[in-house]
Amino acid sequence: MITMTRETLFNLAMMAALILFPLWAWLADEPFMITLATKAVILALAGVGLNIALGLGGLVSLGHAAFFGIGGYAMGILASHAQNYTPLIETPFLIEGTKSMPVIWLVAVICSGLAALAIGALSLRTSGVYFIMITLAFGQMLFFFTISWPAYGGEDGLSIYVRNGFPGLNTLDPIQFYGICFALLALVLFFAARLARSPFGLALNAARQTAERVETVGISPYKLRLTAFVVSGMITGLAGALFADLNRFISPTMFSWQTSGEIMIFVIIGGVARLFGPVVGAVIFIALEHLLGGLSDYWHIYLGVLLLLIVLFARGGVIGTLTGREVAHD
Amino acid sequence: MKLKALALASCMAALAAPAMAEGVKVGMITTLSGGGAGLGIDVRDGFMLAVNQADRKDIEVVIEDDQRKPDIAVQLADKMIQSEKVDVLTGIIWSNLAMAVVPAAVAQGKFYLSPNAGPSQLAGKGCNPNYFNVAWQNDNLHEAGGAYANTAGYKNSFILAPNYPAGQDALTGYKRMYEGELAGELFTKLGQTDYASEIAQIRASGADSVYFFLPGGMGISFLKQYADSGLDIPVVGPAFSFDQGILQAVGDAAMGVVNTSQWNKDIDNPTNAQFVKTFQEAYGRLPSLYASQGFDTANLLMSAMDVADINDAVAFRAALQAADFDSTRGAFKFGSNNHPVQDIFVREVIKEGDVFTNKIIGTALSGHGDVYAADCKF
Amino acid sequence: MSMILLAEQVLNGLQLGVMLFVMAAGLTLVFGVMGLINLAHGSLFMIGAFAAAAVAGATGSFLLALAAALAASAAVGALVEVVVIRRLYNRDHLDQVLATFALILIFSEGTRWLFGSFPLFLNIPPYLAGPVSLPGGIEYPMYRLTLIAVGLLIALGLFLLISRTRLGIQIRAGENDREMIAALGVDISRLYTIVFAIGAGLAGLAGALVGAIQSVQVGMGEPVLILAFVVIVIGGIGSIKGALIAALLVGLTDTLGGVLLPALFKQFMEASAATSVGSSLASMAIYILMAVVLIWRPTGLFGARG
Repeated sequence: MITMTRETLFNLAMMAALILFPLWAWLADEPFMITLATKAVILALAGVGLNIALGLGGLVSLGHAAFFGIGGYAMGILASHAQNYTPLIETPFLIEGTKSMPVIWLVAVICSGLAALAIGALSLRTSGVYFIMITLAFGQMLFFFTISWPAYGGEDGLSIYVRNGFPGLNTLDPIQFYGICFALLALVLFFAARLARSPFGLALNAARQTAERVETVGISPYKLRLTAFVVSGMITGLAGALFADLNRFISPTMFSWQTSGEIMIFVIIGGVARLFGPVVGAVIFIALEHLLGGLSDYWHIYLGVLLLLIVLFARGGVIGTLTGREVAHD
Repeated sequence: MKLKALALASCMAALAAPAMAEGVKVGMITTLSGGGAGLGIDVRDGFMLAVNQADRKDIEVVIEDDQRKPDIAVQLADKMIQSEKVDVLTGIIWSNLAMAVVPAAVAQGKFYLSPNAGPSQLAGKGCNPNYFNVAWQNDNLHEAGGAYANTAGYKNSFILAPNYPAGQDALTGYKRMYEGELAGELFTKLGQTDYASEIAQIRASGADSVYFFLPGGMGISFLKQYADSGLDIPVVGPAFSFDQGILQAVGDAAMGVVNTSQWNKDIDNPTNAQFVKTFQEAYGRLPSLYASQGFDTANLLMSAMDVADINDAVAFRAALQAADFDSTRGAFKFGSNNHPVQDIFVREVIKEGDVFTNKIIGTALSGHGDVYAADCKF
Repeated sequence: MSMILLAEQVLNGLQLGVMLFVMAAGLTLVFGVMGLINLAHGSLFMIGAFAAAAVAGATGSFLLALAAALAASAAVGALVEVVVIRRLYNRDHLDQVLATFALILIFSEGTRWLFGSFPLFLNIPPYLAGPVSLPGGIEYPMYRLTLIAVGLLIALGLFLLISRTRLGIQIRAGENDREMIAALGVDISRLYTIVFAIGAGLAGLAGALVGAIQSVQVGMGEPVLILAFVVIVIGGIGSIKGALIAALLVGLTDTLGGVLLPALFKQFMEASAATSVGSSLASMAIYILMAVVLIWRPTGLFGARG
């Protein structure tokens, strides 16, 4: 039987807020508020991806911008070829660009998954701080590569003039695009919750705590972690494709180490390994950015002080503080 | 939103005035925090100086900080168009941010007046009748650098720029005008701070001149290290590395260096004299190139408001295109692609008392437009 | 490519390397002794440069400026350690990343608030300006030679400090067994403050030394910070010797990569394409180096701890 813990209640309230706030903005004719909410939902999705590696697998990746960027560039490259009517590849067989969101998502997820497989396979040979730094190194490699790669705009980035399409919907309408992003977030959250309770999730969690324990029952912790890393990268890649569509623009900043840092910050603010941690973190961060941005030219100082207070006094993230010290993994 | 700088003439008058029916609302997106903030602050201050001096009640300016991040700039543009319902956008400093914002904004029927960035894409095939550049096309100052090299008799130049699109455009611009040989061509890392390796290659190349495009802190580092290397090959660069904001940080290393610019504080016309004087009074520092561009942008906008209603897009566009305002640079008009046709000067860095500044020593190009205009079809 | 040019580039690589070492030494000490990831180390580099520029502007003395840089960054470091960092030792790396990221925001914008948005002036003193002639006909800037010498002296000083002094014994003991030295009556929190202040002072000194030939501006610390992390990870966390070797390796790779790779590609490519491909690869070179080292030795060249 299901018992409603405080955290479950909190999560339900969060879901309700993510539905009611954009509805209010839509009724009040405040399209920019919908855009802000969309940004928060997409970044939350990136955070949910990272949280699978970070919270469940204990893999502190400071290179998730790589997958975010690959997702974004998958969208940018496909859509730019479609918008210029130039094929992506002519030999050995013809591949055209596309402006269809589902196809772009699929490509983004596959590409970022493959990248995560390669990066993860190499990085997982290390652990601890070395793992943090080697993932950072891979992110930086892609960052410098895209800056000096002239075909898709280099450092200037690339504009896509019209948002990509989704069958049956008008994606240019902010509320409809929000709906798409929200639905994807809800799906991925559902998936992440199931994953955490699946045999795979339990084994991964056990490997995070004591690797020897799973080894003795014949499971390779390396394979568990690599799988988690790939799944994590795929979700963050999907978020990257959506983020590119939100801005109708891609640039190497998607690959920068600050992007990796920000995604990680969403997870930490909300609460590591909490299902809704990244969601809460992203919402708080976007709200702070929006509210503090107007206070003064030096608003980064306020943001810094607030972040510092959160990390010093709200241990276990905001969810941990609000719902008490329940065990996050169960 | 919060930084809303209500440029209404005075608060008293504003209280008495009826709701603005015919007014123009301007959205300024510029860089006000982080490392590149100096440029955005200058553009903003120049722009607001002109607005305040005009003392008119029909213009409102909303200012926001893009943090030099393209995605933030795009979201601010969405906000200004969707929520603030601005008529005109302006303010962006960097080409990559302009590329992210301008095409979408003009496609939604807004006017965009660029006070700084002039990427080639927006001057050629991607031009738009609602996009006006009040500064320069990105290649212009570099073309002037090449033209100057010819008159100075340079036959073997070493050229370098960061490895990103504006850097590649810069060297293309230089080579378009320059007639001599190249002793070497280098692309450096964006944000690079140590140029020892490049300077060693310049020394080994046997060049008779150096042309560099290294905006911001990169140029400061390069000039200081170049001066210290003992090389005495003449250096030429665009005004960006010699503007009033950063010249003091370069110091003696910049003395006597020749650079190209469409503006200088000693250009002799009443508008400019008045601008330099009032800018110093208002902000307590000498104006920079960027401040003059912000000032001219505001005056262009207000000159169009005098003869046309913003809601009549065709008439307003024609009024902007006429460029009937007194610029700080003297002769200024728009070419067929709404980019400037103007003189580009050669300046030299001098010292006035304790302050490093520039003086004009010649004209590199007269009535110069850009090569991309031919590709632009409205 | 002439031998003279190559020799000059090797010197440039060395100079970059020793300055990276001065920056990275503090980072690796703090990491090794306290187990702390300090992203704000780059801010201390910036604080040193700004303090030096301010003092040099007021007094005209470069030596005073260096002393001010050392003092200001060490003082800020000690203050930050007592107020914030101290609360992070028992937290996991994630909390440390977030807290020190927040410190970057505060320091960067605080510096801009104090000093304005424009770069500051800081120059080489006249007695170190200009080039000197080295054997073999190499003309090399005096100041850069001085940087190499100062960096190597600092390295030597650190080795002596660690191996010969009482403080050094405590630091080495702290790296191995925290509880033990606390049980032996060493004031562990005082030791941590001192180690953090030393690291901060070194970062500030590096900022001032390098600031004289670069641009003293807000945000100047972040690119160096990433390089310093690359250095300490390649060298093995906590190892001063590793940091020195890795710093020289990174300095030489970065400098020589930028020169040799475009030249290499010119052998079989058209010139401007070769420049472009070569420069792209050169900018990725140190990260490729780091990934290769970590795949080969997962705890760096001289690291013991994960």
